[in-house]
Amino acid sequence: MSLIEFRLDPASGVPTYLQLVHQVEHALRLGYIKPGDQLPKVRDVVASLAINPNTVSKAYRELETKGLIVGRPGQGTFILATLSQVALPELAGFRRSLRNWLAKVDAGGLDESGIAALVASELRDFYGRRDGSSTRVGSADEDVEGAA
Amino acid sequence: MNVIEASNLSKRYGSTQALRECTLAIPAGHVTALVGPNGAGKSTLLNLVVGLLAPSEGSLSVLGSCRPGSLAALDGIAFVAQDTPLYKNVSAADMLHLTRNLNRHFDWTYAEARLGELGIPLKRKAGKLSGGQQAQLALTLALARHPKLLVLDEPVAMLDPIARHDFMATVLVAAAEDGVSVVLSSHVLAELERSADYIILMSQGKVQVAGEVDDLLAGHRILSGPAADAAAYTELPVVHARQGEVQTHLLVRTSMDDRVPRGWESHPVGLEELVLAYLREPDASALPGPLRSSVIDASEARR
Repeated sequence: MSLIEFRLDPASGVPTYLQLVHQVEHALRLGYIKPGDQLPKVRDVVASLAINPNTVSKAYRELETKGLIVGRPGQGTFILATLSQVALPELAGFRRSLRNWLAKVDAGGLDESGIAALVASELRDFYGRRDGSSTRVGSADEDVEGAA
Repeated sequence: MNVIEASNLSKRYGSTQALRECTLAIPAGHVTALVGPNGAGKSTLLNLVVGLLAPSEGSLSVLGSCRPGSLAALDGIAFVAQDTPLYKNVSAADMLHLTRNLNRHFDWTYAEARLGELGIPLKRKAGKLSGGQQAQLALTLALARHPKLLVLDEPVAMLDPIARHDFMATVLVAAAEDGVSVVLSSHVLAELERSADYIILMSQGKVQVAGEVDDLLAGHRILSGPAADAAAYTELPVVHARQGEVQTHLLVRTSMDDRVPRGWESHPVGLEELVLAYLREPDASALPGPLRSSVIDASEARR
């Protein structure tokens, strides 16, 4: 069995190969997969999703260009780099304090979409004020959407 | 190599013109979807490709430079016609025997293993199998010949969603593992977006749109904005306009986002939306290479 399974959301409007790219990046950020781990074989992704093999190859090429994975002929495709910026125990700590905060705002009366909107806007403000970098804001946005 | 190459190909049945001066080239290594309304000439084109029909005019070659119906073409092409043609009173095992004896190459081990994986009972008569199993049996018989080109006419039209998914998975795995080129006609637009990477759109016996799916999607945009300002796009090629009293959506052939004026939004287009727009505008076309592309102009689109 492979470490991660891909899924497709036809309604998202995101091209299929990009959905695969995002899911690998997401799994890397959350520490589901780490350097040395093997990605599903192209054939297996094709078989489970009934998608065009060229789409899977294109996603893997994109991840290879980004320096995140490497294809070894005859062996498979392996994770090369990581996207998580902190160690797993630390990440677990952050997750705990986030959960406590969520319980508090939930009790305070905010619902899921309200919380997501609050976090998204606060993230934009925070990074916008700190370094004005638009790319950081963009990727932070994606994470919140993925988490919500 | 082109798996199919047609030049000014026409086919008449009596006074009915099924194909009119079709010119197209499908490169090897793709899963090609052939789409279009009923009567567009899809089945006629496929039957010409496999050599079951002869052209009235024009030229057609397959697998590089083979003549359709020639020995090399017959060996290299497998065809599953509409409505899964099987002898309903013959058992699955006997269908294997029959196909092996009628072909010069047949991979018995592959066929038997594949039917085992699918859980298709060999002794059962083909007509007693479920619709999904019948389709898989016909596909297995075709793939066991290890063709270079697999031609499927409306393969999933009669199947339920799971059988459709499993059938397409088998086809796509064959494309991934053996490099089989696939040409399939279909009405199920939504599923083509994930399975096909090359598309041919036919209407009224002609090729209207042809090309790699990614190129076509990247080469079109949906522009939404105030209806009163739609004239701002007269200089861009508008394929199809959907006009409300205050808001309008234009499908435009462009890859540029920098010409979007204030108050307008530019969105990427999905394959289904793109195909539907072209089907509604039989006079618009998007063709690659030496075939000249032409598009109707915006004023005409707003009729």
